[in-house]
Amino acid sequence: MTNNLDRVELSLVGRKRSERLFKFYGFLGILIAFLFLITILYSVISQGQKAFFTTFIKVNIFFDSEIIDPQNQRNDEDIRYANFNKIITESLKKKFPENLNKNDSKELSSFISSSEADYLSEFVVKNKDYIGKYKNMWLLASSNIDVIVKNPEMEDLDEEDRLISDKQLGWLNQIRLNKELKKELNKNFFTKADSTEPEQAGIWGSLVGSFLTLLITLILSFPVAVAAGVFLEELAPKNKFTEFLEVNINNLAAVPSIIFGLLGLAIFLNIMHLPRSAPIVGGMVLALMTLPTIIIATRSSLKSVPPSIREAAIGLGATRFQSVVDHVLPLAIPGIMTGTIIGMSRALGESAPLLMIGMVAFIVDVPTTFLDSSTALPVQIYLWKSTAARGFVELTAAGVIVLLVFLILMNGLAVFIRQKFEKKW
Amino acid sequence: MKKKIITFTALALMLSNQSEARDQIKIVGSSTVYPFATVVAERFGKTSGFKTPVIESTGSGGGLKLFCKGLGTQHPDITNASRRIKMKEVKNCEKNGVKDITEIKIGYDGIAIANAKSGPTFDLTLRDLYLALAKEIPADAEGDEVKANPFKMWNEINPKLPAKPIVVIGPPPTSGTRDAFNELAIEKGCKTFPGRNALKKKDKQLYKSQCRAIREDGLYVEAGENDNLIIEKLVANPDALGVFGYSFLDQNKDKVKASKVDNVFPEFEAISSGEYPVSRSLFFYVKNAHASVIPGVKQYVREFTSSKSIGNEGYLISKGLIPLPKSERAKFEKDGKTLAKFDENLLKK
Repeated sequence: MTNNLDRVELSLVGRKRSERLFKFYGFLGILIAFLFLITILYSVISQGQKAFFTTFIKVNIFFDSEIIDPQNQRNDEDIRYANFNKIITESLKKKFPENLNKNDSKELSSFISSSEADYLSEFVVKNKDYIGKYKNMWLLASSNIDVIVKNPEMEDLDEEDRLISDKQLGWLNQIRLNKELKKELNKNFFTKADSTEPEQAGIWGSLVGSFLTLLITLILSFPVAVAAGVFLEELAPKNKFTEFLEVNINNLAAVPSIIFGLLGLAIFLNIMHLPRSAPIVGGMVLALMTLPTIIIATRSSLKSVPPSIREAAIGLGATRFQSVVDHVLPLAIPGIMTGTIIGMSRALGESAPLLMIGMVAFIVDVPTTFLDSSTALPVQIYLWKSTAARGFVELTAAGVIVLLVFLILMNGLAVFIRQKFEKKW
Repeated sequence: MKKKIITFTALALMLSNQSEARDQIKIVGSSTVYPFATVVAERFGKTSGFKTPVIESTGSGGGLKLFCKGLGTQHPDITNASRRIKMKEVKNCEKNGVKDITEIKIGYDGIAIANAKSGPTFDLTLRDLYLALAKEIPADAEGDEVKANPFKMWNEINPKLPAKPIVVIGPPPTSGTRDAFNELAIEKGCKTFPGRNALKKKDKQLYKSQCRAIREDGLYVEAGENDNLIIEKLVANPDALGVFGYSFLDQNKDKVKASKVDNVFPEFEAISSGEYPVSRSLFFYVKNAHASVIPGVKQYVREFTSSKSIGNEGYLISKGLIPLPKSERAKFEKDGKTLAKFDENLLKK
């Protein structure tokens, strides 16, 4: 006896040590995961927050009647065709009294975004009184200027590695000294779709595209998946066939998403002749992908409803159908909702199947219907990432932030529903 | 409620199934042409009153495959290509009813290798370029094995070249010019070794990685995306060679001189004819049956062939496109206006 006790005593140190080691490894694992998370969040947020603001330059615009309306006719159509780029360049030149040659004025005109000429022409069409007069206006800076303003460390780079020349940097500093530079909310980012110019590109188009796509996904997958889940769990007889179905549904949940894209290409586009790049097709493809997830969630939350509820209902004379619809299903709804939201947030982050059906494309117009061409959030991020212009680096990170915010909101909603409504038995 | 949802979905499906007329141009194709086409599309959308075309970057081959699938609104109207259409693809198009297409050449992708006027004259071959710039070069004349690139001087590669250190200033990997340079100059030089060619058949992936990789030991200097600054660096260092688009060479002839590559100078005619080895043509193809159905196709083609976009001073030239000779651009502008049918006999030559 004493012998055995001694042996237990002796091994205790070793056993305790392995417990401590195990704890340490577990802690290490969590620490590493946490470090990765912090690194990703830090790099995304530190880059992305810059894109939420953009640079404006104050220019005293001279609406030269010689350029806008030489014949003095005040005709809308003629005004629209006037060379407003020249108006901007001429007004910019007045900031710098030194003599500028042709090349200089080209470098100077690249300070202002190309969208501002259109903005000015619309402004003049609406306010014809300004023709021939001066007005101080804040104009959107071009992306290269914006990048330099947001990343002051780039000013110290050699001229060849910088986006702007020494001369342009000198002008920029002069503008800054005169307090003719300000940072404001980047409205384009929140209201526009893709563009080839970073300062004119926005996330709104792809956000609407994602919303339309997910709406179709929800409308298609939710009723079908819940019906299938209820049937399999509550009503179907347990036999070889339903077992076979069950195995297949579980397998389907693990199929790589690109396969669903191929299926969508073959059936929805090539056989059903639905339009390419349309949210309706994207929604259908993602619905196929989400179905098994929701079916499995439905079944497991039905399973967690205690059998006594069913027995009580049937004991009081309800049919199987009545017991399910009136008693079991309402109790399972929170679990089903949670599963649905998680399935939808997976669909939101999906881009591979959309590649096959043409939603990875350059699209400038914000979609308004299910048949319009559109992209989706993750696709827009990918497209910006693969563009060379420097200004898209920050936009890409900002797009990731928007996507993450929506994912956190959706998953937060799922957690909330589970906490608030789920019954513990 | 559920019933309503189901009827709504069924309705939506029926509606969309009718392949109704589309009011937006759909474009697919080459990723090399994509940056040019997106700029044209955006301008077109802003100024013409038509919807902005949708452009997918599918690659030249993928684009032509989609393009040739058939007529009807579910198929694209235009495809971009960084090479000419192949006979096989024309036949595939015809099989699917796409018989009437128009070919538009928009310009060239030509790359010059040049140095300062005061520097020595280089008379290069693709093989010289490959041996000077590849990360790994063949260990012997056969080229079955590779070794790290040991060369530091041009005359070590080829005694005819000047006894100057190898310094080449060129675009970074993010640049399309760099991709084309790797593919058209370095890889072609690599192919002059029979052992490398044999590798291509055996292990394409390894072949590509070895035959396109540029040395990273500092002799190839990445100079940012600004071609103008490459030229300034060349002026400062007369022994250095630079790699940049032909259009910049043309504008800076007072400062730099081009080197011959395989005995050809990068001159307008030589690039146009394809005689200069480091160049290729860029195209797009229009499905003429769609031009009368889809609003804006004709106007888009007009925008993309106009002198303000692809002319010598056009806005695409500042984005890096190498312009067509005037007469050729005029021909394609006319072809675009009339949507002239592509003559497949041109491919048989």
